[in-house]
Amino acid sequence: MKTVPALPAGGPSATVRRRATAPFGAAVAAAAAVGRLVVQPRMGFPDVPGMQAGLQAVHAADATTVGTITLDSYTRVGDHASARKALDDGSDLNGFPIVAHGAGTTRRMIGAVGASADFAIQVRHGSPLPLGIVQALLDAGLDATEGGPVSYCLPYSRTPLARAVDAWADSCELLADQVEGAHLESFGGCMLGQLCPPGLLVALSLLEGIFFRQHGLRSVSLSYAQGTSFGQDVDAIGALRRLAGEFLGDLQWHVVLYTYMGVFPRTPAGALSLLRDSAVLAAVTGTERMIVKTPAEAHRIPTVADNIQALEEAARSAEAAAGLSPGLLGLDAGTARGDNPVYAEARALVDAVLHLDADVGKALLQAFAKGYLDVPYCLHADNAQRSRSGIAPDGTLQWLSVGSMPLPPLNAASGTGAQRLRADDFLDMLSYVQRRYDDAALEELPTDTPRTPLPTSLAKD
Amino acid sequence: MYPPAPTGDALPDARQGGGQRVLVSSVSSDSHTWNLVFLQLMLEELGHEVINIGSCVPDDLLIAECRRTSPDMVVISSVNGHGHLDGRRLIARLRAEPDLSALPVVIGGKLGTRGAQNRAHGPELIAAGFDAVFEDTAGVAPFRRYLEDAARPVLESAGPARPALAATGDPR
Ligand code: B12
Repeated sequence: MKTVPALPAGGPSATVRRRATAPFGAAVAAAAAVGRLVVQPRMGFPDVPGMQAGLQAVHAADATTVGTITLDSYTRVGDHASARKALDDGSDLNGFPIVAHGAGTTRRMIGAVGASADFAIQVRHGSPLPLGIVQALLDAGLDATEGGPVSYCLPYSRTPLARAVDAWADSCELLADQVEGAHLESFGGCMLGQLCPPGLLVALSLLEGIFFRQHGLRSVSLSYAQGTSFGQDVDAIGALRRLAGEFLGDLQWHVVLYTYMGVFPRTPAGALSLLRDSAVLAAVTGTERMIVKTPAEAHRIPTVADNIQALEEAARSAEAAAGLSPGLLGLDAGTARGDNPVYAEARALVDAVLHLDADVGKALLQAFAKGYLDVPYCLHADNAQRSRSGIAPDGTLQWLSVGSMPLPPLNAASGTGAQRLRADDFLDMLSYVQRRYDDAALEELPTDTPRTPLPTSLAKD
Repeated sequence: MYPPAPTGDALPDARQGGGQRVLVSSVSSDSHTWNLVFLQLMLEELGHEVINIGSCVPDDLLIAECRRTSPDMVVISSVNGHGHLDGRRLIARLRAEPDLSALPVVIGGKLGTRGAQNRAHGPELIAAGFDAVFEDTAGVAPFRRYLEDAARPVLESAGPARPALAATGDPR
């Protein structure tokens, strides 16, 4: 079933290039206007038949969907020769090599999906130097991608941040020039996938959104990855929405939630329960779009069937939770609208960074050099590496050390900084979510009782 | 429940206490780093000195770092699914360098994109020149045993160096 209203494939007449798909930003806005959560896979296969079949299945899924072309790691690091060789040898790749295939092949594939009028597609990569990828996706008739100068550099490369800032500025301008209403999503709400406290995630996502606008984009999304605590996640999304309204109100914008991006439950039941919780989180917070994870996550690249199951499961959970509000879940409504500690922390970071320079790119560079922004556990040479975080007894993510970030100093009691972290404790901390959901899944005997609208793990929160 | 900083300074003089100098690295296309931090912590706890050169390491940089730091062992980790491709290429490069052809080099992680079927990559990686292959989480215990064995003096052994090992988690 396709529920996104049909939108003109060609877009407005000012468009320099003709889209081969529905406009991404407008498709999400149209779904939001009728109260539907857009669900999206993380999906990429090396060969055209596989990728095409995946896109067709996502289009046909029983959910309001947009499609994804996830690129492989060779393309991400600019090693197109290795991608080409793998295609020639028939080796497995972890995504679709859009540059090695060439724009003509990709355009024909999208044409063959046969959904140009009502199906939007986004290219997801992870490249600090994305100009070639942006060129390839534009040539193929696509209008949407994701990333950002910080979020696609620090977790994805050893490329100097200054080079990524320049390359992303050029890429934003190319995208904005070539397609009216081209859409760009910040990946700032994910930073390394786990253990980054939400204040920093929200700040980075917003700062990248401001960077996108400075370089000409008019349609953006800000991201946030599900964390370790439902209540803290509600606060974070409220904070992100409030900041987006304050700083990007003149743009077409929406929020995209990622189902948990860290070490995933190994059991199918645990994985699906975590997925359902993320869909409930999206529904309760008015999030417009969500990117799912599948029960294959802990083990291997998901198949088409894994992705369709996850998309439909997420859509059903979001529908079941549609009537729920933060208030009904016992959460304070003002807090959920952004009057909360995550907002205060994010706002302090954003203000400090924006004061450094009128140019956001330069401000970001200075902020990392001074340690005003400092991503915990990130080994990148341009990251100060003085901040530390951990999971508090109440399940929330908290700072153990803020390094030089302009945040209130922590009280001495929580700082056990002198001790070394043991490998087993490190793994324990990384697998907190995995353990919680797998343990709950293993405790439950398989029964045929109908699924309750509220997932078990949430009810226990 | 609040753990402190993961990457403390390397323990000094690890080599004098029977520890080895271990170079930890990812492969050229892989940007995952949690695996590298974990391996560093584990190796340091076992008394080794660790030089962690991070993710997305081009073959040339790895070779230069091997020469610069003269490690006793190189530990390659990759989880993005390209490890079997990048690993085969990089070990061929390394083994072609006369001064590095005998350096102990092992690889581990999620080396393909097919979950349990990734074990099939073990033999081909050994054939390409790795001294041992450790598949994912199940490979951690065999790796610890491998390190213990490697720490014992092997000078008196007459035949070829230590036998190649493809650890799949099966007891062997
Ligand atoms: C966090 C994460 C990320 C973060 C990484 C941030 C960073 N800088 O590290 C982000 C979001 C950026 C990311 C990006 C990508 N990821 Co990722 N990621 C994960 C995730 C969710 C957790 C990994 C983790 O932190 N593990 C914790 C560490 C401590 O453990 P580990 O890495 O699993 O390693 C264990 C063992 O393998 C073993 N081990 C590892 N190496 C070695 C070496 C030796 C010698 C030994 C003995 C043992 C050993 O020890 C560890 C403890 O048991 C996993 C899925 C999962 N596991 O839940 C996917 C996963 C690893 N990612 C995957 C992929 C493909 C990618 C991307 C290519 C995007 C994509 N196409 O989907 C990009 C990477 C881009 C690139 N250039 O490579 C795939 C790999 C698929 C496969 N191998 O079949 C996974 C499995 C998800 C999936 N199912 O698709 N990812």
